[in-house]
Amino acid sequence: MNWQQQFNAFSTIVRKEIRRFMRIWVQTLIPPAITIALYFVIFGELIGRRIGQIGDYSYMEYIVPGLIMMSVITNSYSNVVSSFFSTKFQRSIEEMLVSPMPNYVVIGGFVLGGVARGIAVGAIVTLLSLFFAHLSVENIWITMSMVVLTAILFSLGGFINAVYAGSFDDISIVPTFVLTPLTYLGGVFYSIKMLPDFWQGVSQVNPIVYMVNGFRYGILGISDISIGFAYGMVITFIVLLYGWAHWLLKYGVGIRS
Amino acid sequence: MTTAHSVTALLVKDLKKTYSGGFEALKGISFEVKSGDFMALLGPNGAGKSTTIGIISSLVNKSAGTISIYGEDIDRNFAAAKMNIGVVPQEFNFNQFEKVGDIVRTQAGYYGIDSKTAAVRTEKYLKLLDLWDKREERSRMLSGGMKRRLMIARALVHEPRLLILDEPTAGVDIELRRSMWTFLKELNQQGTTIILTTHYLEEAEQLCRSIAIIDHGEIIEQSSMKAFLSKLDRETFVLDLGKDIEATPELEGVTAVLVDSHTLEVEVSKQAPLNAIFEKLTALDIPVTSMRNKANRLEELFVSLVERKR
Repeated sequence: MNWQQQFNAFSTIVRKEIRRFMRIWVQTLIPPAITIALYFVIFGELIGRRIGQIGDYSYMEYIVPGLIMMSVITNSYSNVVSSFFSTKFQRSIEEMLVSPMPNYVVIGGFVLGGVARGIAVGAIVTLLSLFFAHLSVENIWITMSMVVLTAILFSLGGFINAVYAGSFDDISIVPTFVLTPLTYLGGVFYSIKMLPDFWQGVSQVNPIVYMVNGFRYGILGISDISIGFAYGMVITFIVLLYGWAHWLLKYGVGIRS
Repeated sequence: MTTAHSVTALLVKDLKKTYSGGFEALKGISFEVKSGDFMALLGPNGAGKSTTIGIISSLVNKSAGTISIYGEDIDRNFAAAKMNIGVVPQEFNFNQFEKVGDIVRTQAGYYGIDSKTAAVRTEKYLKLLDLWDKREERSRMLSGGMKRRLMIARALVHEPRLLILDEPTAGVDIELRRSMWTFLKELNQQGTTIILTTHYLEEAEQLCRSIAIIDHGEIIEQSSMKAFLSKLDRETFVLDLGKDIEATPELEGVTAVLVDSHTLEVEVSKQAPLNAIFEKLTALDIPVTSMRNKANRLEELFVSLVERKR
């Protein structure tokens, strides 16, 4: 396949993925918006008033970037894991396996589909947050690049999860037992500098800490960690997960007999 | 000069497949399909037909061996090899929630076809397979026969030179089966090489010019259909008699079996004229009201060949 043909194949997968989550928008776009709105009301408005300031920002302003990032993470992940597992379950993955598409086109197409949903939900949540907090963006490039990189990373995670999954139960194990705890402990609701030294050290191995802080830096201009280090960690994780996903597809793990 | 039939469409060499549980599905099979051919790949259930097709179409990993499609090795030149092949699998394998038109158009995209051309080809093949009116329907709403035709349209949308159909008429009514035969014959006449697996041996005999029989993971026969059928030296006919008889009549040089009082089976050499049988029965005052082959010719050979190997 030449580059033009590969691009056509890639855009076909992306269009199909976007068509899929838009077709079921009541399941894919509305529930996360409602959930995050509840976080704004309960944690930001009701409890946040009693917590007071974190640095120069109200508690509501402090948690908004983390909550936006949380919605991007969970939606990019769940889009790819459910879509790719569904293609396995219905055997429509065979449509792709018999085609001449290179593996990176398949991975790229699904990942961009996940990024599209992550950003769509992130945009809805951002609009909602305007009802609760004043939002000014310190650095649009850092903000946008951190959202996109995070969505890529978790889309890849969803892809790997879907490849290994043998049943619908398997696609909820990682989000429930890994993703949710990491997100809640990733500095969405607090600054990791508020933690004792030991737990600050433990937080350093949580990749979500770097994404939440990188994004918060883009919006508020404050971060618990160096922004350069945050970029380095996110890109490193992307490279590792892409290599893993590519290897799985190349050898047909969980896909071919 | 190179003619269509001198070009090799598919070359399978020493293909082996051992599944993770240790089951040896293919024991080093080799066969060749010439361009423009219409080949039947036959075998009993579990013989290795679907595994062979699965490996050719990259749905199953091979254990050993090589495959080339129109000269392109599927390991070394994966994309070029895959561009030449279209596959219609045995099981329905499309997204049940997608629209018929979207399924075919998306498949075109997977082959790198731009959206404008994909739309034109989708219309062409859905019309050819009588599904254009269903293009906006979700695929799960189609009947079994329509789903089979949808898979054929999908396999053709990138206009492959080699089409592999794994039991395409399974569970399809006779009228639709015959219209599919006509479609496949025309497709073959237009130059598409076709490999067909089927359990309907009448279908293979009607459509195919060459044959390969696989059993227990080994190719036990490969030849032209004509050469294969010529191996059949005896045929059995069923005669419906115009009156009831009590004993099997003596017919010299013919093996006769009285099935019931008004049905007689006679097994004769292919070279022997049938006139002699009728003359003898007429002499015995036994009228024959109708006659038919006991079994399809290919079926007889297939069964005898497979049973001989066991």
